[in-house]
Amino acid sequence: MAAGTQIGRRAPDGAPSHQRSLREHLPRVAVWAVTALGVLWVLFLAEDTPAGPAVSNPGQFLVTVLDGVTFAGLLFVVASGFTLIFGLMRTVNMAHGSLFLLAGFIAIQVQQAMVGKTRNIAPDEVTLLDWLVPLLVGASIAAVLGIVIQQAFLKWNQGQELRQALITLAISVILADQMLRQFGGLALSMVWPGEVTQFFTIFGQRYALSRLFMLAVAVVVGVLLWLWLTRTRMGMVIRAGVDDEGMVRALGINVSLVFAVTFFVGAFLAGVGGVMGASFAGAATGADGNWLLNSLVVVIIGGLGSLKGAVAGSLLYGMVIAFSPGYLPSRYTYYSVILTFVLLALVLAVRPYGLFGRAT
Amino acid sequence: MTLRRLLTTGNITFVAVLLLLLALPAFSTAFFMGFVMTQTLMLGLAAATIVFLSAYGGMVSLAQLLMFGIAGFAFGNAALEAGARGLSLGWPPWVAVAFALLFTTAVAFLLGALASRTTDIYFLMLTLVYGVIGYYVFAQVVPISGPGGVTRITPPPLLATGIRLYYAALVLSALAYVAFRLIGRTPFGLALQGVRDDPVRMASLGLNVPLHRTLAFTLAGFVAGLAGLLNVWWNGQIDPASISIGPTLVLLIIAVIGGISHFEGAWLGAFVYVAASNYLRELPLVDRIGITPDRFNTIIGAIVLIIMVLSPEGLMGTFENLRGRLRRFRPPPRGGSAAHQSSVDGSRPAGREPARTAENG
Repeated sequence: MAAGTQIGRRAPDGAPSHQRSLREHLPRVAVWAVTALGVLWVLFLAEDTPAGPAVSNPGQFLVTVLDGVTFAGLLFVVASGFTLIFGLMRTVNMAHGSLFLLAGFIAIQVQQAMVGKTRNIAPDEVTLLDWLVPLLVGASIAAVLGIVIQQAFLKWNQGQELRQALITLAISVILADQMLRQFGGLALSMVWPGEVTQFFTIFGQRYALSRLFMLAVAVVVGVLLWLWLTRTRMGMVIRAGVDDEGMVRALGINVSLVFAVTFFVGAFLAGVGGVMGASFAGAATGADGNWLLNSLVVVIIGGLGSLKGAVAGSLLYGMVIAFSPGYLPSRYTYYSVILTFVLLALVLAVRPYGLFGRAT
Repeated sequence: MTLRRLLTTGNITFVAVLLLLLALPAFSTAFFMGFVMTQTLMLGLAAATIVFLSAYGGMVSLAQLLMFGIAGFAFGNAALEAGARGLSLGWPPWVAVAFALLFTTAVAFLLGALASRTTDIYFLMLTLVYGVIGYYVFAQVVPISGPGGVTRITPPPLLATGIRLYYAALVLSALAYVAFRLIGRTPFGLALQGVRDDPVRMASLGLNVPLHRTLAFTLAGFVAGLAGLLNVWWNGQIDPASISIGPTLVLLIIAVIGGISHFEGAWLGAFVYVAASNYLRELPLVDRIGITPDRFNTIIGAIVLIIMVLSPEGLMGTFENLRGRLRRFRPPPRGGSAAHQSSVDGSRPAGREPARTAENG
């Protein structure tokens, strides 16, 4: 999807590229300096932090990296749906987080019905099927709702980006309130299948297998998505539509159908992410807003509409989330959220449209 | 500018509404003044900054409630005496006011500079991220937000009573309204509108596009900070939850209800929202159709959805549309066709569909 990202890009400040002065290099230099400083800090200097410098505590470092990568997997699944929809249709789906949460809640209900208990489900009572079927049901319902939203509210105002964003925003407000009514304000949680609810030891640290399972699911989703986009006719049409929708339409391809399918898949991915998230951290009111934020951060870092960007953005953001609590000085741990902002600032300072993004 | 040219329908209406609002405390209840009108003016002032950025700059900002909150927290931390929650710096009230406004403006400048090279929908998302990260900063950094918010904040003695606070909100709202309208005709405002319509062309004319966007965002941050100060004086406290994602969206919803490219719409939207949140629960029939007070958000969401589906220009846009249609049926008065033309133009979305949209596909 990111083919030719450099070609369409133009700097809105219109600075001619041959007049690169020191002033223009400054952000780039500053970004590299801050990055190098960060790496140096984590590797050697991070005394007086909960984790300690990586050279003296390699086990903790490795676990933190694993935490980052596995969380990035979840981020990728959710954000790829968001970026897929935006890339093709220029629709910013503000209800993405609501679809995420809805799928999580529904999957929990289905799992409870399949296991036959509503509370205190032990992991060994849950077979792989008791996890996969709720996943598919939850994600499918999110996808169906997504396609209903697209057909009813977004089909006829294509191209009015702000109007579409506000429409989906209103839908997300309604959905959040109705979910609160239906499922209550308490956190519910989905149970990982018993097969993966185990711990293994790595460098003297215990680590949960379920996190690696989550990463594996994310990789499977990512590979399927990549195959779909690069190896099928529909994927080819979508990639062409990202580059030049008018031309695709002119060639006699049913773009409306392609839009609907893309929205279906994007909402389905939000749902898959929601079920994974409900197993990982539970589903509760407010998760919709958080995951809308997470998707936004990932795509702003990676660049809207780019699958590569979603991978890069997820990894960077996942790493920052994993490293900031452990590697800040113990007295300042509560400033960890600011690091997310620093990451955003660093990327935007050099690439206003994200790492793999382009100006529209 | 002669006196005669100032006598437009819009100006006369503005003065009439202003006089009505000035006289309002004489014949309405304390509850209505405090809970409906003061809050309306306050939220309207904050929402007007969204309208300002959107109408002139083509930037829909979701960070305005953050600026609102930052000013409140800054005042609370600076003004309270030792022993209170927060930093309790114990500064004199007006010094704290100056500090809060300076600090908010500085933050707005920095955030605006970072966002200045992004546009349209990208700007919307980035400012939403600002808003949510700002919420987390206040929620997690306990020393500045006090555990569970900064409480027992009192306004400066000059504004100590509810009615004085109402007049302060009214004066600030009126000033902001006039100032925002006048800015549209200054070189800065005109350049900003040029940037909204075609940033590339403005850049090639030698204009510093990011700087103009940054300054607009800074000014909007300052005004939102004023509204935020009114808010903490009115509320007496501020906690992180009051600037979380829900209230952030509410402020945008207020601007959208009123009409996101009409300055009047900000206050109109605020009035509709505040009145709905105060009185909707008391309507006699709402229980019958399955709407309980707890489902207030569903109703607000549905209202916004309907407005966005029917007329993205909100109540003001609908109103102007109707006026335009009514004129069509009447024989045009002197110069009437020209006025009709301008009113139709005025109801067209400003900055809603930039020229580039056509090239997107």
